[in-house]
Amino acid sequence: MLLTGAEIVMECLLREGVDVIFGYPGGAILPTYDAMTKYPQIRHVLVRHEQGASHMADGYARATGRVGVAIATSGPGATNLVTGIATAMMDSSPIVCITGQVPRGAIGSDAFQECDITGITIPVTKHNYLVSDVRELAYIMREAFHIARTGRPGPVLVDIPKDIQNEKTEFIYPEGEIRLPGYRPPSMATDDQVKAALELIANAKKPVILAGHGIMMSGASQALQELAERAQIPVTLTLLGKGAMPEKHPLCVGMMGMHGAAACNFAIQEADLLIALGMRFDDRVTGNLKTYSPNSKKIHIDIDPSEINKNVRVDVGIAGDVGTVLSQLLPGLQSKTHAEWVGKIRDWQEDGDERDILNQDAGSTLLGAQVINDLWKHTGGEAITVTDVGQHQMLEAQYYPHQRPATMLTSGGLGTMGFGLPAAIGAKFGKPDEEVWAIVGDGGFQMTLCELATAKQENIKVNIAILNNAFLGMVRQWQEFFYEERYQATPMFSPDFVKLAEAYGIPAMRVTSRDQIPESVEFARQHDGPVLIEYVIEKEEIVYPMVPAGADLHNMLRRPKPGEE
Amino acid sequence: MSNANKQTLSALVENKPGVLNRVANLLRRRNFNVDSLTVGRTHNPHISRMTIVVDTEKVSGRRIAANLFKLVNVIDVKLVSDEPYVSRDLALIKVRTDDVDSRNAVTLICDRYPARIVDIGTKVAIVEITAQEDIVEALINELSPIGILEMVRTGVVAMGRGVRILDAENYEPLVNVPTNGSGQYQVYGV
Repeated sequence: MLLTGAEIVMECLLREGVDVIFGYPGGAILPTYDAMTKYPQIRHVLVRHEQGASHMADGYARATGRVGVAIATSGPGATNLVTGIATAMMDSSPIVCITGQVPRGAIGSDAFQECDITGITIPVTKHNYLVSDVRELAYIMREAFHIARTGRPGPVLVDIPKDIQNEKTEFIYPEGEIRLPGYRPPSMATDDQVKAALELIANAKKPVILAGHGIMMSGASQALQELAERAQIPVTLTLLGKGAMPEKHPLCVGMMGMHGAAACNFAIQEADLLIALGMRFDDRVTGNLKTYSPNSKKIHIDIDPSEINKNVRVDVGIAGDVGTVLSQLLPGLQSKTHAEWVGKIRDWQEDGDERDILNQDAGSTLLGAQVINDLWKHTGGEAITVTDVGQHQMLEAQYYPHQRPATMLTSGGLGTMGFGLPAAIGAKFGKPDEEVWAIVGDGGFQMTLCELATAKQENIKVNIAILNNAFLGMVRQWQEFFYEERYQATPMFSPDFVKLAEAYGIPAMRVTSRDQIPESVEFARQHDGPVLIEYVIEKEEIVYPMVPAGADLHNMLRRPKPGEE
Repeated sequence: MSNANKQTLSALVENKPGVLNRVANLLRRRNFNVDSLTVGRTHNPHISRMTIVVDTEKVSGRRIAANLFKLVNVIDVKLVSDEPYVSRDLALIKVRTDDVDSRNAVTLICDRYPARIVDIGTKVAIVEITAQEDIVEALINELSPIGILEMVRTGVVAMGRGVRILDAENYEPLVNVPTNGSGQYQVYGV
């Protein structure tokens, strides 16, 4: 079959099972856009800024586990994708970005809208391609999807010169085995490693599991729960690990790290064994590395060999797929109990509950914590929540316990403000039957609010909850603690969000008191398309506990108990 | 051997455009301190081999190897300096030889090294040395007082001793052209 390069791109997308792509047309990608007219099976979502396209592809990928696809033109179209690509890279999200490039003959001549996007994205992609021959295109497309989704997933960019999109060649889909001699992700543990890990687990008195994103990527939630239950090991979660274990499970202690539960951080610091599963000891998780969990042996299982011994020296490092390795460990795992240790952690949790702002008198102001907790209550804890970055993100992590994998989507590694709305749109395309809430702050929302138009045009049912405190709240919190309350550039003007939404034809509501929250959830559910709800919250709320950057993990700033101050 | 903080890695890479860029980019991005990086062809025309000498005061050579291994175009990596190995550095050194004393001194010094004078005139001579890095350094130190005018070095190349072989067994470079109608990968015709 003689097809153009553009048609080959579409054929390959079809064969990868792609049903939706997020993009923005332009000169150098026009042949591919024209070819789309012959492939109505693949829905194209017109974004308002290419950053939205890469975030949507990312949100789609995180919600479904399938590869998300973004498409853009050369030059500025491609560079606008970069923030979303870097976000996906840091959080190991499988996306494929297709960009148009100027014709081969013009490459290197500073042609109109030319830009070396493969050069630019080398550090922020798992791999990228500049297609130089139309006959390679089908193979490259197939490799791109394979690399994106396997091993430690990540973004792959395919840059296609315009003349290659137009050129015709015989198209035969490469069905054979993909042969990438330099790409061999590890999968299993050796027998020695299994033995060493089991021995450490058998001898531990105060073990803690640290569960990360890798658990969900590997589909290992069941195995994790079995490990925890059989050996009675408390489980702590990373931010991206939320959902790896049902958070209401008695052995699940909660989130660790900078704004994690104090009980988790104390447990990690006092543990005699850490079992780190599909996580990477990010600085937001460890605090000061020199004093991090000083008395513990450490087992680290991660699919990326370069993560082993990167930040934390471990005793047993296993580069492998966490699900596969757990299935190797479980047969040899003995039943155990750690009643005293689990009891001690429970005491820390109770102490934390006493300090919880929800258990203290907050007066009449509406708190972000209350909004999140009530959203949790009124959505039955079953929604897919997609956050932006900042205080509301940490409040979500603290006050919206998730019971299922891949229901809390957030930019953890890169911390990309503006991620929330577009990623929520992408997630909804991937999971049309689930209730999707974008939970955003007034700052981050304004970075990508142009995607309101995308949501409206596609009539995609995303509920947008803006927690508006008229501040860049998290930065303000740092200024309060560490810069003597000099609020430089953090007070923030916002438009009237309700009127703004109405200008887009999106139903909207403003909430100023806690008793309106149930009504607001009802309001959101009444409408088909996107809905925006603005929660006007306390301006100077503080997210506790907090481990100051670089401080010891156990030295948290904590909210005083009632009457303590 | 040379400095204890230094480690030597060998990497087999696909001979494709941009691969050197990817490796260099990785080393810079991860803040690995590169002492020298050389790249050249091998007996397989589709594979190039890199020798990378890194200062490992801060990070272990093993971590650098793990990162290099992740690159799709890097077929294999070995930390050659982990076990006995041979390493060589080549230098061309242009020295002043504009009087009898300097000419004699250069000749005498070169006799004590695996070095030779490859070009000599009334004003300057070019000395060539191929040796282990520290021996090259020693020669440079001895020639310095005479007057080094210009110098170029290739950087270190290295190979493990004995039967340890870093080779891409059965590596068949692919040109992705389905010519036989089967849709299978085709082996590149040289």
